[in-house]
Amino acid sequence: MRLPLFAALAVALFSGPALAFEIEEQRIYPADPERAVFKIISTADLGVFDPIIRAFQATQPGLTIEYTVTGTTDLMHAIEVEGASFDLAISSAMDLQTKLANDGYAQSYTGAARLPSWANWRNQVFAFTQEPAVLVVSDAFFAKDDAPRTRDALIEVLRANPDRFQGRVGTYDVRTSGFGYLMATQDSRNSEAFWRLMEVMGRLDAKLYCCSGDMIRDVASGKLGLAYNVLGSYAASELATTKGFQIIELEDYVNVMLRTSLIPNTAQNTQAAYAMIDFLSRLNQRPDLVTASGLPAIDTAALQANSSLRPIRFGPGLLVFMDQLKRRNFLRNWENSLLQDK
Amino acid sequence: MKVQGSIRRRLFFQLGGIAALLSLAFFLTLRVVAENTAEATQDSILAASATAIADSLRSDNGSVSLELPYSALSMLGTVSEDRVFYHVVVSGNSLTGYADLPPPSAPPRPGSPVFDTYDYRGDEVRSVSVMRPVGSAAQSTNVVVTVAQTRLGLEATSQRITTTATGVGVGFFLLATALSLWAASSALAPIDRMTAAVTRRGPKDLRPVTAETPAELVPLVDALNSFMARLRTSLGRSEDFIAEAAHRVRTPLATVRTQAEVTHRKLNKPEHKKAIREMIRAIDESARSAGQMLDHAMVTFRADSLARDDLDLVVLMTETCDRLVPTADLKDIAIRTDFGNDPIPFQGDGILLQAALQNILDNAIKYSPEDSNISATIKVGETIRISFTDQGRGFGDTDMSRVTTRYQRGANVGDIVGSGLGLTIADEVARAHGGGIEISHNNEGIGACVCLYLPR
Ligand SMILES: Nc1ncnc2c1ncn2[C@@H]1O[C@H](COP(=O)(O)OP(=O)(O)OP(=O)(O)O)[C@@H](O)[C@H]1O
Ligand SMILES: [Mg+2]
Repeated sequence: MRLPLFAALAVALFSGPALAFEIEEQRIYPADPERAVFKIISTADLGVFDPIIRAFQATQPGLTIEYTVTGTTDLMHAIEVEGASFDLAISSAMDLQTKLANDGYAQSYTGAARLPSWANWRNQVFAFTQEPAVLVVSDAFFAKDDAPRTRDALIEVLRANPDRFQGRVGTYDVRTSGFGYLMATQDSRNSEAFWRLMEVMGRLDAKLYCCSGDMIRDVASGKLGLAYNVLGSYAASELATTKGFQIIELEDYVNVMLRTSLIPNTAQNTQAAYAMIDFLSRLNQRPDLVTASGLPAIDTAALQANSSLRPIRFGPGLLVFMDQLKRRNFLRNWENSLLQDK
Repeated sequence: MKVQGSIRRRLFFQLGGIAALLSLAFFLTLRVVAENTAEATQDSILAASATAIADSLRSDNGSVSLELPYSALSMLGTVSEDRVFYHVVVSGNSLTGYADLPPPSAPPRPGSPVFDTYDYRGDEVRSVSVMRPVGSAAQSTNVVVTVAQTRLGLEATSQRITTTATGVGVGFFLLATALSLWAASSALAPIDRMTAAVTRRGPKDLRPVTAETPAELVPLVDALNSFMARLRTSLGRSEDFIAEAAHRVRTPLATVRTQAEVTHRKLNKPEHKKAIREMIRAIDESARSAGQMLDHAMVTFRADSLARDDLDLVVLMTETCDRLVPTADLKDIAIRTDFGNDPIPFQGDGILLQAALQNILDNAIKYSPEDSNISATIKVGETIRISFTDQGRGFGDTDMSRVTTRYQRGANVGDIVGSGLGLTIADEVARAHGGGIEISHNNEGIGACVCLYLPR
């Protein structure tokens, strides 16, 4: 049983004072007797991933799983800069994962042949969910069939009722949220309407958020009239328990983010990582887990059925908005639009 | 004969070797060309990407800024899933991108990009660097844009090309080998044909070879034909010799015999008479030998190119018997013929058949006692069987398998004159016609039964 000892040593080496990335949550799922340790670093909340981890652990006797939740940029930092030892990195920021793989921080796993080609990049980045970015509107502001269906319609509505929506619109703060940045940059590629929408929201003194959860809560409570670019999977699972809002997939196009996993170079327990990637790529065969976690599994047919769904493509194109100059320019434009009177 | 090598094998291996060489050359050429094309494709995409980046360089109040175009990098991802790196350097200072990307091996000039291949971050990469002056003519800064891409896609392509090229090469080789096998066979077909033509001939067929002959074999066939002509002449000469010798010996012998008989009658002393009788017997034996040798030589000669005349065996038999009736009468022997008058047609050499039958009947008369019967029959069944059954001394202890050998006489001959060629002649004639002779004891009592059978 050298592996756990070794892993513990690695933890001792990389944790402690040197640890610079911020751990939001951490849970250890112990196995008894313990034969190996599997360390996951992830951006998905414990509440979301807990059922998946338990189901996976059931298939791997003797495997202790350590699940660490952090932000998307922290995850990137932990692996790229700090070389923290994790066996699997799960992130909702495809661009950061792509950059990690491109820059040589990921290992290849050729066994996961089950995935469609658009859900696998270089046998290093493996998608296992497809999650749309949606518009969430409050019931207090919009009647059932009244909500705008396109970005142009949304801009119309906001322009027509400035008093009503003043301080009542929300979106991601793309400066701090990797997911928000990814969605905003993809929007800027896809549509001219995006910058106009940002202008309008800026004039309405939009509230900026770090996380989808907070936005959904504020929309449900009526504090916000609407929130733009909310993670659809979170909204859908929130809707099961909370009333007071609607989820709208805009009809002009919907960005679909792929949640991905990769095996960092520093991984110790690659066997467990391979097993987990295989387990995740078969998520569509476990409707119980899809329901419990609220994470929609990879489903090519669903994407083909709805032509407005645009899954974000893997590839070096995703590196473009990672460029420091490009990012600086984009954020300056974004700030100019959204933070006009500050 | 010493068998050394095989033309067919040599042809096959030489043609196969040539095919293998050609296939290999073909394979290598295909690979080189295809790999160069694949490399050129990657180079041109890289150059397009670097140019797109260079095109979006701007001068901002004296400093250079860059709005990295999305397509510049995304175009590199369309063909393969290769890793992509880039670096933009403004007069020696890194502006953006991968600062640790190695600088170009030579300073690029506007319009002539520099391509390099090196290892970077664990993989072999192909890089291109373009230079672009940015700013006003008076105050321009030199910007170098480097774009690099790993070569896994290229490797996969070259792997695919290699597989295809191998398949084509092997296929080409197999086809060429099969064709060379065919070519070797067809080149050697005339030889096979001539071999067949020569082996098909009877053992005594010495006619010249007239089969269609390829030019290369004409000297060989000419040599063979002239050899056979010489053989034929020499055979003919020895036949002539025998015939002539027999003839030349017989006439004087006849004279000597007459003289001896005259002398015999004149002499009175028994010992003198005995000596003359032995002399007469020796003369008879010599004459008989000479006659039989002549017949045998005639048989050998005629059997070479056997005539196939339409014959009636009944007529032939009747003639033979008629000819020997005087000899039989001398010993009061009756020849009983039993073959009716219906013709039994047969194709063959009448003279030879007559010689054969005459020798068999002659034996029957010779080895029978006075006042006995000889039956001559023809039976037509699966084969035509002509049998002569006598009531003579039979073969006794004689080894019947050897009586057809030349000059071989039986132990039962006593003082009967003979040369030992009669049954040899009969046997050779029968076999020349595709039949044979059978020698047995007379089933109905004493005597011998000699049967000549012929195919129908
Ligand atoms: N009808 C017969 N009865 C008994 N013996 C025979 C008979 N025919 C042939 N033979 C035996 O077979 C031998 C061979 O016969 P063959 O005719 O070849 O020779 P040959 O009669 O002795 O001499 P020739 O050449 O003068 O006829 C004879 O020597 C004789 O012993
Ligand atoms: Mg005889």
